[in-house]
Amino acid sequence: MRATGVVKRFGEREALKGVSFEAGAGELVAIIGPNGAGKTTLLSILAGIAKPDAGEVGGDGGAVGWVPQQAALYRRLTVEENLLLFARLEGHEDPRASVEEMLELTGLRERRGEIVARLSGGNQQRINIAIGLLSQPAVLLLDEPSVGLDPRQRARLWEFVSSLAGGGTTVIFSTHDIQEAERYGGRVLVLADGESLFDGSAEELREAVRSEAPESADRDFETAFVAYLQHRGH
Amino acid sequence: MRGARWLLLKDLQILRRSPLQAVLLVAYPILIAVLVGFAISRGPEDPRVAFLNEVPPNTRINVGGAELPKANVKKQVCERVECVFVKDRAEAEERVESGDVLAALILPANLVNRINSLSTLTPGVPEVEVLVNEENAVKAELVDDRITTLLAEANLRIARRIGNEGGRYLGLIVNGGQFQVLGETVPILGLRTAARILEQVTPALPPKLRPALAEVTEFASQARDNLDVAKPLIDRLAQPIAVNKVVVGGDSPPLEIFAIAVAATLTLAFIVVLLVAGSLALEREENAFPRLTRGLVSGGALLGEKVLLGVVVGLVVTLLMLFGMQVFSPLDLGRVPLWLLAIFFSAGALGAAGAALGAAAREVRAVSLLAFMVTLPVAFLSLVPSGAVGPGVFDAIRLFTALFPFKPALQAITAALDEAGPGIGGPLAHLAVLFVAYLAIARLALRRFATV
Repeated sequence: MRATGVVKRFGEREALKGVSFEAGAGELVAIIGPNGAGKTTLLSILAGIAKPDAGEVGGDGGAVGWVPQQAALYRRLTVEENLLLFARLEGHEDPRASVEEMLELTGLRERRGEIVARLSGGNQQRINIAIGLLSQPAVLLLDEPSVGLDPRQRARLWEFVSSLAGGGTTVIFSTHDIQEAERYGGRVLVLADGESLFDGSAEELREAVRSEAPESADRDFETAFVAYLQHRGH
Repeated sequence: MRGARWLLLKDLQILRRSPLQAVLLVAYPILIAVLVGFAISRGPEDPRVAFLNEVPPNTRINVGGAELPKANVKKQVCERVECVFVKDRAEAEERVESGDVLAALILPANLVNRINSLSTLTPGVPEVEVLVNEENAVKAELVDDRITTLLAEANLRIARRIGNEGGRYLGLIVNGGQFQVLGETVPILGLRTAARILEQVTPALPPKLRPALAEVTEFASQARDNLDVAKPLIDRLAQPIAVNKVVVGGDSPPLEIFAIAVAATLTLAFIVVLLVAGSLALEREENAFPRLTRGLVSGGALLGEKVLLGVVVGLVVTLLMLFGMQVFSPLDLGRVPLWLLAIFFSAGALGAAGAALGAAAREVRAVSLLAFMVTLPVAFLSLVPSGAVGPGVFDAIRLFTALFPFKPALQAITAALDEAGPGIGGPLAHLAVLFVAYLAIARLALRRFATV
């Protein structure tokens, strides 16, 4: 997945100011930044939902799966009906087999007949991701996937996502949880006010902070990240 | 359109899984059918009116010393309203105040005497008393209309009776005959016979008396001729202006057909507009819209699927309702293909309008409210007949209602139900134009509002 000089404007406001980055197969890339940095806008453009005003987005031709921040599910349908609907819409030759595969992957086989509205937020998010995976994507885009989940659900989610990356899927996710980005993101892309400020590993970001604010560099990653932004006027 | 099939299935599953919606979809047309059915099959109920007749028995209206035949006011009144006979004024007041009766009609004891005084040198004013409870404006208007009509009819009948008696006396004067006075029969010569006798005796009189007698004979002839003319004049006096109704335009259907068409169109409009607008807004409320339009289904296919959903459900519910109406008012089942055509076109245009509303809204509740706010006044204005408002206002209403599918849908369904009514082609063409226009608006709205 490649993005080159991506610009997006909403009226007078420039939400993205020439953002460029690349992610390879099996990579887990975390996009972090303050509110209004442009994380969701960038993911929407990578997903093809929004069009950039300038720049290019491309890949090696594989499908791009997209998991929006709020679960895009039909809450009055069951887990199985949701998966079956999207498998049919994706044009799977054997949609029922795909549903079985996803139920196995998400660990929701026992709850296949339950109405989605009655599931916990964590389980809804698992189905949300499973639907994103139905297109058998080479790249999976996750917009703040762990919002609203308790620590146990979050751990299960990341275990699941890491296994996907381990299988060769490129995973790009946005998050407000900086510790989560350090723990699970093989690479971190820092956005602020629509600009790309940093692209590298969490350790490389700490190194960058060490030369500017040594007292922050060795504390938790969130402190180091805030110091990094402050030194750049954000 | 492959995806649209699965979306349609999904929407029907959601509909089935929403018990309130499903019950409303079935119960609403049944309820409307039953209400309209009862209304058109029973006709208007006679209002209950308390009746107190204080006029002494055997009192007759007297014209020129002769009593008219019994007017039988009680029978006349009670044919038109449901009479509740009360024993006195206090009971009449109590029943009116409690709402048991719409009004009370009291014929005072001196009513006939006052009518009789009209032909004397000191005429009185005959009055009947009406007790009403004007607890609201509609009831007051209803009572006024009913009582005014009742009294106008009573006055007309009395005037006709007096006219007839007057005509009979004129006939006696002109043609002669027999007249009953105080139990005795008095022969009346009559002008016609008098003139004939005078003509016969004239030759026997001395010549100098003949000119004077000729004048008397001439007067008798003139009086006879002129009084002959007076009788139809007296008859017309009771109702000087007659009504000659000539229909010059508008093939209005029978009232029961029109009532059924209005009920069916209202049902169809609310169900289709709400369902299409609501199901489209639901895609956004569930955040599924961007996921769907990311290549799974096109915007056009999504709109088409929603309109199809509205057409399918609207068709089933409206047919259910029309067949339900059969119980109360037989409809021509040979015209069912035309019903299908009218409902199909109507539901299509209404669905496209619903899609335009749904594409502009993000929440089901908001769009439901919007659909009600649009559909209700349009339906109301579509039922305003010409002449009920000023010409300028009516032209504005006609233009406004032509922009929405309700009125052409009503015209199409009326034409489909009524064999003798106007053709169905015009309304169907109108609906087709509105379908295309609203679908275009819906597509634009979807592009404009559906961005992430």
